[in-house]
Amino acid sequence: MEGPTTRSMAGWAVGALVLIALPFVWSDPYPLHIMIQILIWSFAYTSWSIMGRFGLVSLGHGGFMGVGAYVTALLWNHLGITPWIGIPVSLVCAGVLALVVAYPCFRFRITGHYFALVTLALSGIVLQVITASRDLTGGSLGFSPKMMPADSIFALQFRDKTTWYLIALAMWAVGLLIWRKVDRSMDRYALEAVSEDEDAAAAVGVNVTVEKLKITVISALMTAFAGALYCQYQLFITPDTVSGISVSLQMVFAAVVGGVYVALGPTVGAVITILLAETLRIGFGTKAVGWDNLIYGVLLVLFIVFLPKGILGSTLDWLRLRRRRG
Amino acid sequence: MLAVEGLVKRFGGFTAVNKVSFDVAKGEILGLIGPNGSGKSTIFNLLSGTLPPSAGSIRFDGREIAGLAPHRIINAGVGRTFQIPRPFRRLSIFENVALAGYFGQDRHSRTKAYDSAERALAMVGLPTDRHATVDGLGAAGLKKLELAKAIATGPKLLLADESLGGLDESEMDQAAAMLRKIRDELGITIIWVEHIMGVLMKVVDRVMVIDHGEKIAEGLPHEVSSDPRVIEVYLGTDAEATQAVAQARR
Repeated sequence: MEGPTTRSMAGWAVGALVLIALPFVWSDPYPLHIMIQILIWSFAYTSWSIMGRFGLVSLGHGGFMGVGAYVTALLWNHLGITPWIGIPVSLVCAGVLALVVAYPCFRFRITGHYFALVTLALSGIVLQVITASRDLTGGSLGFSPKMMPADSIFALQFRDKTTWYLIALAMWAVGLLIWRKVDRSMDRYALEAVSEDEDAAAAVGVNVTVEKLKITVISALMTAFAGALYCQYQLFITPDTVSGISVSLQMVFAAVVGGVYVALGPTVGAVITILLAETLRIGFGTKAVGWDNLIYGVLLVLFIVFLPKGILGSTLDWLRLRRRRG
Repeated sequence: MLAVEGLVKRFGGFTAVNKVSFDVAKGEILGLIGPNGSGKSTIFNLLSGTLPPSAGSIRFDGREIAGLAPHRIINAGVGRTFQIPRPFRRLSIFENVALAGYFGQDRHSRTKAYDSAERALAMVGLPTDRHATVDGLGAAGLKKLELAKAIATGPKLLLADESLGGLDESEMDQAAAMLRKIRDELGITIIWVEHIMGVLMKVVDRVMVIDHGEKIAEGLPHEVSSDPRVIEVYLGTDAEATQAVAQARR
C-alpha cells in the first residue's frame, strides 16, 4: 500500500521506454507480430481478471469479444461507418448485453458455478448467432473488413506492424491503469467483501447488485474493445477466433495461470499461452491442431489445485517471503 | 425513533412473527429476548431488511423502512451486527471497518471513512494498525470487530445480535459494558437481542419478551423477570424453572 518510491518509478519509466523503443531497434515482422498478439490478448485477459479476481468467474467473455469484433466490422462493411464510431457502438452493445445477462443473475443471487453456467450459455449464443447470420457475417468461413487501398486513420487500418505494436502497447498500458484504479478503489474492498459474504456486505451498506454490475460492465467493455482492435489488426475474424466457448476458456486459463490477483498476472498468462500455441504450431504443424487446448485443460486443473495464485502471484509471494527472511 | 406496528412474517403456512408492535425511544437500550426459535431473530431480520415482512409497518425517524433493501436500511441509519460474526477475511481488520465507514455512510470521502474506522476501532478496543489481519482475532475479538463495523456505518439505531453464548463471564460483562458505552458516548439507540437473560437485564432500560412469534411481555427488567408468564414460557416450568431462576439469580 506504500506510495510509489523513486526507485520503482524509475523502474517503470525504464520499462516503458524499452517497450516503446523496441520496434524501432528490432523490427523483424514475426516477433513483432507475436508481441502484438501478446499485448492484445494480455489486455483481454486483464479485462477478464478485473472481475474474475472477485470470484465472478465468467465463461461468457468470448461473447463480449465477439460482439466487439463483429459489430465494428459489420458497421464498416455494410454501412461504411468508421471504426472510430463503430467501436464505441460495439462497446455499447457489449455493455447492454452484459447488463441483460448479469442483472437477473445478480438480482436473483445466481452466484458461483451457476453464474459460470449462465455466462457459458452467453458464449454459445453469441457464437451461434454469428455463425447462423451467414449472409451478414460470412458464417464460420470468417469475415474481413473491407480493405482500404492504403493506410487509413479513418478506417483504422495500418499495414505497418510498428504502428500496431504501439497501439497495442498503449491499450495494454491503459488496461493495467484500469486494473490499478479498481485495485485502489473502495469498490475493491466492497467486491472482496461481496465475494466472501453477500449478506454481510449488504449489512455494512454495500449495494451488492450495483457493485457487481459495475465491475461486470467495465470488464465487458474492455473485452469488447480487445475484440474490436484484434479485428482491426488481423483484418480477418472467424466466430471461433473471437467468440465462443474456447475463447472464453482460453481467457480463464491464461488469467489463472498468470495469476488473477496481481496486475501483470494476465500478461504473464498471455506470454505463456501464446508462446505455447506458437511452439506447438511451428514444432508440430497440423499434427498438433487442438493440442494447445488439451494442454490448457490439464494445466488449468493443476494450477487451480496446486498454484491458485498463478505463476506471477506465487512467485511474488515467494520473493516477498524470502526478502522478509533474509 | 422506531415505531413497529402489526409486524407479521409468514413462511408458507407457518407464522414466525405474529402482529408484533413496539416502540423504541431515542437513547434507549431495549432488550429483545425469547427462547430459541421464538421469532426474535426473525424480527431482527425484518428490521434490518434481510427478510421482507408479510405485513405491518416499520417507521424509523418518521420514514417507512419496511421492505427496503438491507443496504438502504443501513444508509437510513440502522446498523446491525450478526450473531455469529461475519468478518471479511480477505480484508485487514482496518479495511473491514473502513469499508463499513465508506459504504455505510455517504460514499464520498475516503478520508472520512478512514476516520470513522479509526474511531470505531478505538471505541471497541481493537488495534487501528492498517495491516493487522482478521485471522489473529479470537471469539471476543471477532465480536468487537462486528460491533466496530456496525458503529462505523454511523447508525442512529443499532441492532445488536449479541448471543453471548461463546463467551466466559468476564467477557460477557465486558460486552454488556461495551453496548452501554456505545449508547452513552455515541448516543446510539440500541436493540439488543439475546436468548439468555442474565447480563442483559443489568444493562437494558426496557425488555420485550417474544414467544411463539408473539409479544408476551414488555416493561422494566425487574417487572418482566418476575412476570409469571415470562417465567413459565421463557424458562420452562416447575423444576426446570426453579433451577433456571436460581441460576439466573446467582
